[in-house]
Amino acid sequence: MTLGEAVDVALTVNGSRREAQVEVRRTLADFLREDLGLTGTHLGCEHGVCGACTVILDGEPVRSCLMFAVQARDATVTTIEGLAVEGVMNDLQEAMRESHGFQCGFCTPGFLMQITAMLAENPNPSEAEIRDALSGNICRCTGYESIVNGVLRTIGAPVPESHPS
Amino acid sequence: MLPTSLEEALSALAEYGSEAKVLAGGQSLIPLMSLRLAQPGVLVDLNGLGALSGIEANGSGVRIGAMTRHRAAERSEVLAERVPLMAEAMPLIGHAAIRSRGTIGGSLSHADPAAELPAVALATEATLIARSLRGGERTIPASEFFEGYFTTVLAEDEILCAVEVPAAPPSTGFCVTEVARRHGDFALVGVTAAVTIDQGLVTRARIALINVAERPVRAEQAEAALVGAKPEAAAWAEAAAVASSEIDPSGDLHATPAYRRKVAGVCVRRALETAARRAGGGR
Repeated sequence: MTLGEAVDVALTVNGSRREAQVEVRRTLADFLREDLGLTGTHLGCEHGVCGACTVILDGEPVRSCLMFAVQARDATVTTIEGLAVEGVMNDLQEAMRESHGFQCGFCTPGFLMQITAMLAENPNPSEAEIRDALSGNICRCTGYESIVNGVLRTIGAPVPESHPS
Repeated sequence: MLPTSLEEALSALAEYGSEAKVLAGGQSLIPLMSLRLAQPGVLVDLNGLGALSGIEANGSGVRIGAMTRHRAAERSEVLAERVPLMAEAMPLIGHAAIRSRGTIGGSLSHADPAAELPAVALATEATLIARSLRGGERTIPASEFFEGYFTTVLAEDEILCAVEVPAAPPSTGFCVTEVARRHGDFALVGVTAAVTIDQGLVTRARIALINVAERPVRAEQAEAALVGAKPEAAAWAEAAAVASSEIDPSGDLHATPAYRRKVAGVCVRRALETAARRAGGGR
């Protein structure tokens, strides 16, 4: 098998079975965007530093730029497009909007997937745990306060008064 | 290549030699490929080798499969109970999404001098188990495994399969501490330490430093100075001064050699203090 060779990949993305022929060197991020048309997953740094491309793979948050599509064979992947239910934003998305948890929106998909994975494992995180879980996602607009507030709002925790929004 | 057995993976390495790279979690190799700093012709992906993952009790210590993910190690009760130093280091490695994919064997083989696990392997006197088609199994003490920047004694056709960590003597406390510019960043300087206290005296100390040389290093003079000392502030300060003088760190954009030396001493003191408290059953 050479790097340019295409292989069959079948996996579940946002609840649907997807099959495609994909070059073995294609990253999962490029596969989602280019082959499946799921452009909600954003690519920032493309070397695992910014967190924008975070998706959920078999329940765990992963950088989709740091794995190959062929490695996601038979896996279950959730992307930002998988959060809304029948076109209606879920609680996290609503809370983030309420808190002005994004500005330009570029980092938002990565944050929301990371937060979704964190809440699945720990439905009631403290503010410190939230900040720790989000430490690998970079936002250049908000200063993070409104993002943390969005998570606190999602879980029904009080939003500190000293924080903006 | 997507081998489904270790033999298949080893054959691939034997065939392609320096053209091939082993792909474990990919959290260091794929960034290097993205930046075109690494351009391997062949990737041998170990992710299909389930037999290389898992953490199990091994005598009174543990054996950790090389493909065990950081996240699995972070959640392992066996590890927390038997190798608390490694368990404490896990959350310091990268970020949650990196630890989902990153592996124990990958971190050790990558041998970044700023990484935590190589220093943990030194301080716990771990043994690394590698295999090749040519030479079969080989066991390598951690003290002989790391050669320099991103370089280990692993041969081109060898795969690191597991790491075995022995149990520490009773009444041993551990601590890992580091200084990084941001949480999750590589440490500017870090220390992993183990202190054993028996009948009111320090009987054994292990101090391994992160990012003060081209590979993780033990502060052996500081360790020796601690044996027989009373576990109290003066002993930690003395060991910190010795450790700080026996290293020869280099400088970079983020820290000068003098700063690294100073911070290393502070980290050693803090790590020893905490490890000694834990040896006595404290937190």
